[in-house]
Amino acid sequence: MAAAPAVANQSQIEWKGSLPEKGRVGILLLILTESSFFAIFVVAYLFYIGKSLNGPYPKDVLSPPIINTICLLSSSITIVFAVRALRVGSIGTFTLWWLVTLALGLEFMIGTGLEWQELIYHDGLTISTNLFGTTFFSLVGLHALHVTIGLILILFVSILTLLGYMDRRYAERTEILSWYWHFVDAVWVVVFTTVYVIGR
Amino acid sequence: MKRWLPILIGLVGSPIIAFANDWGMGASNAKIPPPTIFTPVSTPANEIDTVAYFTITVCAAIFVIVAGLVVYSIIRFREPPGDDGREPAQVYGSNPIEFAWTTVPILIVFVLILTTARTIYSVQAAPRPPDSILVHVIGHQWWWEFRYPELGVVTANELHVPLSDRAHPTPTFLDLESADVAHSFWVPRLAGKTDVIPNRKNTMWIDPHQPGIYLGQCAEYCGTEHALMLLRVVVEPRPDFDRWIAAQKQRAVADASVDHGRQIFETTACVNCHVVQGTAAEGRFGPDLTHLMARETIGAGAAMNTPDNLKTWVHDPSTIKPGALMPAMNLSQKDLDDLVAYLVTLH
Amino acid sequence: MAGSIEQRIPLGAEGAVSLPLLDRIHQWVVTVDHKRLGLMYIAGGLVFFIVAGLQAMTIRLQLAIPNAGIVPPDMFNRLMTMHGTTMVFLVGMPILTGFFNYLVPLMIGARDLAFPRLNAFGFWLWLFGALLLYFSYIGGNGLYGAGSAPDVGWFAYAPLTERAFSRGNSTDYWILSIFLTSVGSTATALNLITTTFTMRCEGMTLRKMPVLVWMSLVVSFMILIVLPPLSAAQVMLLLDRFVGAHFFDTQAGGSAVLWQHFFWIFGHPEVYILVIPAFGFASEIIPVFSRKVIFGYEVMVAATVAIGFISMSVWAHHMFAVGMTPAGNAFFATSTMLVGVPTGIKIFNWIGTMWGGKIRFKVPMLFSVAFLLQFLIAGLTGIMLAVAPFDWQLTDTYFVVAHFHYVLVGAIIFMIFAAVYYWFPKATGKMLNEHLGKWHFWLFFIGFHLTFDTMHFAGLHGMPRRIYTYQPGRGLDTLNLIETFGALVQAAAVLCLFVNVVRSLRSGEEAGNDPWDAWTLEWATTSPPPAYNFVEQPVVRSRRPLWDLKHPDDPDSKYE
Ligand code: HEA
Ligand code: HEA
Ligand code: HEC
Ligand code: CUA
Ligand SMILES: [Cu+2]
Repeated sequence: MAAAPAVANQSQIEWKGSLPEKGRVGILLLILTESSFFAIFVVAYLFYIGKSLNGPYPKDVLSPPIINTICLLSSSITIVFAVRALRVGSIGTFTLWWLVTLALGLEFMIGTGLEWQELIYHDGLTISTNLFGTTFFSLVGLHALHVTIGLILILFVSILTLLGYMDRRYAERTEILSWYWHFVDAVWVVVFTTVYVIGR
Repeated sequence: MKRWLPILIGLVGSPIIAFANDWGMGASNAKIPPPTIFTPVSTPANEIDTVAYFTITVCAAIFVIVAGLVVYSIIRFREPPGDDGREPAQVYGSNPIEFAWTTVPILIVFVLILTTARTIYSVQAAPRPPDSILVHVIGHQWWWEFRYPELGVVTANELHVPLSDRAHPTPTFLDLESADVAHSFWVPRLAGKTDVIPNRKNTMWIDPHQPGIYLGQCAEYCGTEHALMLLRVVVEPRPDFDRWIAAQKQRAVADASVDHGRQIFETTACVNCHVVQGTAAEGRFGPDLTHLMARETIGAGAAMNTPDNLKTWVHDPSTIKPGALMPAMNLSQKDLDDLVAYLVTLH
Repeated sequence: MAGSIEQRIPLGAEGAVSLPLLDRIHQWVVTVDHKRLGLMYIAGGLVFFIVAGLQAMTIRLQLAIPNAGIVPPDMFNRLMTMHGTTMVFLVGMPILTGFFNYLVPLMIGARDLAFPRLNAFGFWLWLFGALLLYFSYIGGNGLYGAGSAPDVGWFAYAPLTERAFSRGNSTDYWILSIFLTSVGSTATALNLITTTFTMRCEGMTLRKMPVLVWMSLVVSFMILIVLPPLSAAQVMLLLDRFVGAHFFDTQAGGSAVLWQHFFWIFGHPEVYILVIPAFGFASEIIPVFSRKVIFGYEVMVAATVAIGFISMSVWAHHMFAVGMTPAGNAFFATSTMLVGVPTGIKIFNWIGTMWGGKIRFKVPMLFSVAFLLQFLIAGLTGIMLAVAPFDWQLTDTYFVVAHFHYVLVGAIIFMIFAAVYYWFPKATGKMLNEHLGKWHFWLFFIGFHLTFDTMHFAGLHGMPRRIYTYQPGRGLDTLNLIETFGALVQAAAVLCLFVNVVRSLRSGEEAGNDPWDAWTLEWATTSPPPAYNFVEQPVVRSRRPLWDLKHPDDPDSKYE
């Protein structure tokens, strides 16, 4: 979608066609820089495994959130279905899959909320309890923050869709949003492995 | 506005302020050879000295060649006055040349790395012989605590170590720990720096071959008085060192003529922060004062240890060392005099 | 995301002159034009250069003689911290970002950056962060103090930054302001890469881009990868300070060394982020004033990419003294020295470019030649520091201070000055005065060497850095006095630059489109360029489109 002046001749249009699309490059770069940000929190988590001076320790209080994980990961599939539907212009199918994605994402956040409630009020683990609490809440919280941002964007699109503003012209942008959502899911795989597999 | 006033006054008055209050340190320092890294007297420093000269030579050679090329080309290829304005021949590059000036540096780097690695291992991986001295060095904001766990001695800011004979080496191994923030232990003529980091134990070693006093200093920024976190290492022949240890092991002498001063000391906050063996003073926040007068300086090298300076210090340490973590004690003149009279007996 | 370029109101510099002052300011504030934002970055950076320069002067005055009492210890520590922080984040970064902002679209024949509004957002975020940092002078100590700036040094080692040792809010100002400027820089980097990938004019393949555009690409990728570690560590520190987390809290088992790793994973690449743009300027200026094409274009680009990669694996050379294992020390010494190889290649290629040319010693070229020599020395002292055992002696002394000022001032500031003289005519349509420029150059050159050459010796003499005073009788007095004198000479030189700029803006000689007889696309449009940059979208066939125009019989495209 680069600037094509009115006077552009045929060869210029061909040249522009061979260059990548702005939005896609932009979101890939955003993902690159975000990955670097997450990597540091993951490193901090790994570094402090087993270094807490006092309990509770991960093995006492953590259990892998399997259902959450299934929901979040499957939302990556449903969002692909949604974008595909939009590309061919079937708004109805799009709306369906899109709302499913939203629901799955919400489930993940609710699940995380319940897990945290248990940890804080039942197990007495907060961010200041020990190094485990510090690294756990900041890493998982950082991821949850990204899920939240994604959900807000998805919700925004949902509202526009329900109000009837959505059509296939926006397929490109929706796809870009879906890339962000895939990224958030991919990060969860890493966080899950770090926290619930390696760290437990 | 208010904050600029001291600056203005300082600007005008600084030539006068300078030297006026170095608390005797200038004269004392002048008697000690300056702590340059090129006059090593201990094995780690010697090894570094060797590798330093080697590196400097290599770098100097590279400099002469490359700078020579630059200077030659700016002289030789300047546009002559009244030039015809035609562009010179355009040369786009040359693979053989690029190859050459990639390979040669790689070779140089290879040599440098080998020398570096050799020195790293010979300094860092040196084993600790059985008859070496062990000292715990504890960095505090802004002074040094030295504990000899095997000899039962505690002192501050002036580290005593025995001379290490090349035939019968008696190196001193230092375990470095910090009570608060990060510091760095550095005595240039004896060894390189090793950082003193809280919640981490570092080690280093020295084996001075020459008796004397060596100046050192904290080398990691650690807050307000980082500049005045100095230290000295006193290297003595073994018999002198043993005598010093024996003296340090003594409890504080009780001199009846300074009883009043002693009372003030024991009833003031001093005891919360300082140790004087054989009295109620058992605080560990400040330096051990049991043998205060065995040290040449006070305040981690901020001032010479004279009765006058002691008075100034106890009255208000920030006169000598602004920001020091010992509060001004606000004693009456009489109490102050008596207290210092007591301190002066702590040999 | 797309589409705003066409809708942007054209704000030609010519049109602006006739408007009332308030409207003109308004136009600058609402602008999304890459050239205006670029100039605002550069101007902002130069203002902070004065501020941080004056802080440096105060530091130098305090250190001129032993036991001087010009500033109290705490104030000195704040000056030292603010000087370093400002110079790196509020001088180096914005000026270099500014030049890229200004030049990259022009050089690739584009009409603006890919996301103009994101660009404006980045600038204002940067400015806000900058002002926030200085607001700490008022708000730093919270309610109970008179307020004061951060005093933890520009790398803010833990645990000095933890609540227990740093009360009040000055450290929080440091964290938040640097965090914000980092977000701004990240946005700009993202923008520059996207622009370069998606908006090149016809015929401008990646291999035909000017070297400077390549440098911008490498730097931007580095920014995207290495600024987040700093931001992440700052977030952790903020959590420590405000909600009682323990990342760097050594009393709860946290690690002080972890902060050092995180900081230098950012910090080392950061210095290359600062110097690679300077390489870019040199790669544009040296060819033009030597009247020769750049020697070994592909190798130059490849070497920079190599520097970018290697520089991400060398960070712990700032930590040789923290007690790493011998293997760790050896590894980082090795990778550090390896950076010297591609860097050397660049130096040799610049010499190759001058070789056989017809060198014209205009002011930009003077600065560039000085840059070459000074960067050479700086690199070689860097190699000395990379020899880990040698570094055990040198680290945290004035030798290091000398090393990095040789790069930061001797290379980067020198090349920024060169770039200012070189592109000023393009941005304003006026030439800078050659005569005053030569005064500027020689004074700065002399002052620079007086100040920073002597620092090496002070370091070897056992003078640690970040000390507010030193004692007489240790052989440091004369060296420090010379350093202070040199700093005064530098200040005089900087004054020449400002006089020059003001005079030129008022009554400078007209520049014309192409005063240096140069070859890249920015010289093909008017000076200053119109808001839309090019009346017609250019089409290029080689790396030096204007050379092809000027030499139709012997165009570059035949040889590349
Ligand atoms: C723009 C900034 C910049 C640049 C480009 C460099 C470049 C280099 N730096 Fe520097 N450095 C800093 C800025 C920079 N540095 C700063 C700011 C600090 C201190 C931060 C702080 O503590 O506050 C620092 C500190 C610093 C240290 C840590 C010192 C310490 O605190 O203990 C080290 C140690 O290895 C180091 C090494 C190097 C090396 C090897 C290079 C190399 O890239 C140099 C490569 C160049 C050459 C080698 C010359 C040209 C090459 C040839 C002519 C080829 C032939 C040469 C050989 C075969 C060797 N630097
Ligand atoms: C780009 C980076 C950069 C630049 C350009 C400079 C430039 C200078 N620096 Fe800086 N410096 C650093 C980056 C930089 N520095 C960093 C990162 C540190 C480490 C901080 C830390 O330890 O945390 C440091 C530390 C540092 C120290 C050590 C402090 C210490 O360890 O205790 C010293 C000491 O002399 C110093 C001096 C100088 C001087 C004299 C200049 C001179 O070149 C400055 C020249 C400029 C001027 C003199 C401005 C002149 C202005 C005028 C004359 C006003 C004109 C007025 C109008 C037009 C209105 N610097
Ligand atoms: C709150 C703690 C505290 C109290 C109370 C205190 N001191 Fe100190 N003192 C210190 C600290 C900390 C230092 C080291 C300061 C430095 O070097 O930066 C010190 C240093 C000294 C020194 C210099 C020792 C040396 O070798 O450098 C003397 C002497 C001294 N104190 C005497 C006293 C006396 C006498 C009193 C009581 C009247 C007293 N102190 C009360 C904390 C305290
Ligand atoms: Cu302790 Cu600096
Ligand atoms: Cu580095």
